[in-house]
Amino acid sequence: MTQPGLRVSEAELIRSVCAGEREAFYELVRPYERMIYATAISVVKSPDDAEEVAQEAVLKAFSNLSGFRAESKFSTWIVQITYNEARMKLRKARRHLYESLDGQQECVDGDYWPRDFADWRPIPSELLEEDDVRQAVENAINSLSPMFREVLTLRDMQNLTIKETSTVLGISEAAVKTRLHRARLLLRDSLAPGIDGCWSKAQPYRKVRSW
Amino acid sequence: MATIEISCVEVWREISNYLEDEISPEMRERMGAHFKTCAHCSAVLDGTRNVVGLVGDGKLYQTPEGFNKRLYKKIQKLP
Repeated sequence: MTQPGLRVSEAELIRSVCAGEREAFYELVRPYERMIYATAISVVKSPDDAEEVAQEAVLKAFSNLSGFRAESKFSTWIVQITYNEARMKLRKARRHLYESLDGQQECVDGDYWPRDFADWRPIPSELLEEDDVRQAVENAINSLSPMFREVLTLRDMQNLTIKETSTVLGISEAAVKTRLHRARLLLRDSLAPGIDGCWSKAQPYRKVRSW
Repeated sequence: MATIEISCVEVWREISNYLEDEISPEMRERMGAHFKTCAHCSAVLDGTRNVVGLVGDGKLYQTPEGFNKRLYKKIQKLP
């Protein structure tokens, strides 16, 4: 009952906004603030630019809300708007560079060979509450090339389905799967050594890698 | 019937699909048998599962302080 209940209340909020209640729009958007911000930053990388993109995307969503059709989820719709806004900002800022990047087919064919085979010492999610660990994971994600970072953000961070991810990015589901696979393995490799080889405060310094 | 062995390269190719449970039962069985005996591939699987969990944990890329207030102001200013 909870899920259908939530959907109804979102639909009600949308109706209220369309009827002129602006406060309802903020209520509608509030649960997705982080989702919008994270989508923006996955494309533009800079926190300031991401906030600007997020604001522009939300304002655009407000202006276009009457055109929203319930065939897609509101969350996917607003992520799509955010993604498009972010890409546009990037194009404006780095026109010459980005155009050349767009035309370039980054190679994801062929097998990816993991670089690190040492026993994996789990990074517990509670450690993400520590600034340096969270920063290290965010840096590892930021260092992925855009095609991998975007797919990882939408699928693994925002929990969009493969199909929804393919719609937002305008690529095939097969391409989403291939990029996602590569993104996950690359991220694993870049996190393998950990911070100074030690992820847990409880343990004394111990190298994750044996060499 | 004995499980047909699978190479490490084949396992790496399917790690992501294995985590998504998007492989055939037969392939799952072959990979499962491989992980039991191959420490390298187990390390790759453990690490990949771990990073996917971290990315989806909800703690990364938090909105900056004051983000919601600034956004709310923007909405208020809409014509």
